Amino acid sequence: MQYTLLILILPLLSFIILGLVDSKWSPKVAGTIGTVVLGIITALSYYAAWEYFSMPRVAGAYEKLIPYNIEWLRFTDLLHINLGILLDPISIMMLVVITTVSFMVNIYSLGYMANEKGFERYYSFLSLFTFSMLGLVVATNIFQMYIFWELVGVSSYLLIGFYYTKPTAVAAAKKAFIVTRFADLGFLIGILVLSFYTKTFDFGILTSCNPAVFTGIVGTTFMGFSVLSWAMALIFIGGAGKSAMFPLQIWLPDAMEGPTPVSALIHAATMVVAGVFLVARLFPIYVTYTPEVLHGIAYVGAFTSLFAAVIACVQTDIKRVLAFSTISQIGFMMVALGVSGNGGTEGTGYMASMFHLFTHAMFKSLLFLGAGSVIHAVHSNEMNHMGGLRKYMPVTNWTFLIACLAISGIPPFSGFFSKDEILSACYEFSPFMGVTMTLIACLTAFYMFRLYYSIFWGKEHKHEHTPKESHFAMAFPLVFLATVTVFAGWIPFGHFVTSDLKNYDIHMDLSVASISVILGVCSIALATILYRKETTVPKKLATTFSGLYIAASHRFYIDEAYLFITKKIIFNNVSKPLAWFDRHIVDGTMNGMAATTQWVSLKIKGFQSGQVQQYAYVFLLGTLVITLLVLFI
Amino acid sequence: MGDLLTNFLSGHVPIEAYLGLSIIMFFSGIYGFLTRKSLLMILISIELMLNAADINFVVFNRYLYPGHLEGFYFTLFGIAIAACETAVAIAIIINIYRNMSSVEVGNLDEMKN
Repeated sequence: MQYTLLILILPLLSFIILGLVDSKWSPKVAGTIGTVVLGIITALSYYAAWEYFSMPRVAGAYEKLIPYNIEWLRFTDLLHINLGILLDPISIMMLVVITTVSFMVNIYSLGYMANEKGFERYYSFLSLFTFSMLGLVVATNIFQMYIFWELVGVSSYLLIGFYYTKPTAVAAAKKAFIVTRFADLGFLIGILVLSFYTKTFDFGILTSCNPAVFTGIVGTTFMGFSVLSWAMALIFIGGAGKSAMFPLQIWLPDAMEGPTPVSALIHAATMVVAGVFLVARLFPIYVTYTPEVLHGIAYVGAFTSLFAAVIACVQTDIKRVLAFSTISQIGFMMVALGVSGNGGTEGTGYMASMFHLFTHAMFKSLLFLGAGSVIHAVHSNEMNHMGGLRKYMPVTNWTFLIACLAISGIPPFSGFFSKDEILSACYEFSPFMGVTMTLIACLTAFYMFRLYYSIFWGKEHKHEHTPKESHFAMAFPLVFLATVTVFAGWIPFGHFVTSDLKNYDIHMDLSVASISVILGVCSIALATILYRKETTVPKKLATTFSGLYIAASHRFYIDEAYLFITKKIIFNNVSKPLAWFDRHIVDGTMNGMAATTQWVSLKIKGFQSGQVQQYAYVFLLGTLVITLLVLFI
Repeated sequence: MGDLLTNFLSGHVPIEAYLGLSIIMFFSGIYGFLTRKSLLMILISIELMLNAADINFVVFNRYLYPGHLEGFYFTLFGIAIAACETAVAIAIIINIYRNMSSVEVGNLDEMKN
């Protein structure tokens, strides 16, 4: 499967070419190049997936293929960094997800970004992002993953700050970059600790869980936990940063300042699930050696999920609602990984997590693209500037509704199947976890339908000009993704992606499924009562629970807490003394040296007057002195 | 002093007299070189020093190796070279004068700063 290299090379080329020509070519050409390249690699990915999954299995399990593994940097015999391509079920699945969503977003952007300044730049950045994300998922070793991880971060930064004349976008871009970079520090330390003890970066060796590799690191303990636990926890911090887990979630809602298709691609479907992918990639280590860290991941995921769902219920900016919903859904995936065991039915959680990643990528990017279509028509992000749009935008309305039903877990849409698997894995782990996650699923249904009704139903807001349905380039991705959302649930996912690479038949736990569906329908009904027609009930509720309402609409003051810690504590107590030291001691020394040199040179500058007579005079005196010395000493 | 005078009168000039003259010329040259401001005066001072050296050649040849002529020849060389040097120096000085309207060394600081 050598051709998989093309999947990486083509977007890179497209990035370089589009980046170099910048605005010398017309936007149409740039858009076409970007989209065609994406189309080709999407086709290649599908072909790779078809070829990979139809290959004969070895002892019932899928093989891990490594078509390329080139030594890229060699420091010592032990320490060398390879670049290569690793194909296994999850990377193949990610290839399909990334290329599909990216392709759709590229098509959509032809319409959405038309007439924007910097259209070529936008397309070159999209290609850069696609390239980095694909490189991340096919990484053969953890260091390659880290390299592409940072590339993904920087392309996210570039795209969030696409409207660089807008101060909020610039601030959001910086925030996203700094927060994730801060988390990546944990990732890097984790990688170093892990590879220091295991003497390898290679995923193949690491995930084989060979006891010989791990004895050193498991035996060494640090502050009551094995060093391996620390390393894996640190690596998870990197994943938590990218996947916006509590308390590092603060960047994602602000990242919505970027263009909406970017939010759909990066901040809903692909980059933010990189953390989930990372945990899934290292899952054998987590589950074999550090179950306590894995359980920690489950609790962090569950808390984040709940936290974000509550906030999503009171936000009024539609993209912000979707952002918090994304955080909540990623929480679901993390929980599913956290509660999973290894192999067979034990591994339901793993399979469910990947399944949900897949379906979520489809319906969440659909939601974002739908929201983009609405924003394009209404020119506002605010819910109360919308309402009653269903008459004007039938395609957006129907596709959005399908995505809402999917994310709410209503059969037969795809979200139902994946979410149901997650819930049954949670119930197997502990009833408490199961109940919590079921409740969060209800909240999801509630806030999604609050969003839906506020946009498409309710009182009609006066518009400057009548909103109209977006044209074909924007409508086609919506329809395509909606189709996928409708049918993706029927994919026998257990046959493709499992924790032990073996076949596994999904069997639905009817009690879990029926409870979650009934509760989901109830939540939707509640949302229908509250928001379908404008009522005073939501306002009354808001005043009754004003404390909770205000706290939630301020996102529980996490941003403020960060600002307090950074501005008040770190800036005042650490940065200011350091700045003083830098300005007065470090700069002072340097300035002092410079000043001394200048002073001395001013003083001795007279020596070199250029007057030959003066030189001759000194020469004469010198000769006399030497003569006298020779004579008398 | 009487001795010296007698010797002079009798045509026997002692070596000290020649060397004394040469020293006086030489140091007058140095003094002039260091103190004069005009390029012409400096050039003349240099000539003085050269002549003092030439005298020394002749004197030492005469007293140490009577009958040999190397010192005299060398002096002739020195005079020739001094003449050439003077010609070149005068040419330079004239050019400087044309450009700067001055031959004062203190004023020749165009290339400085």
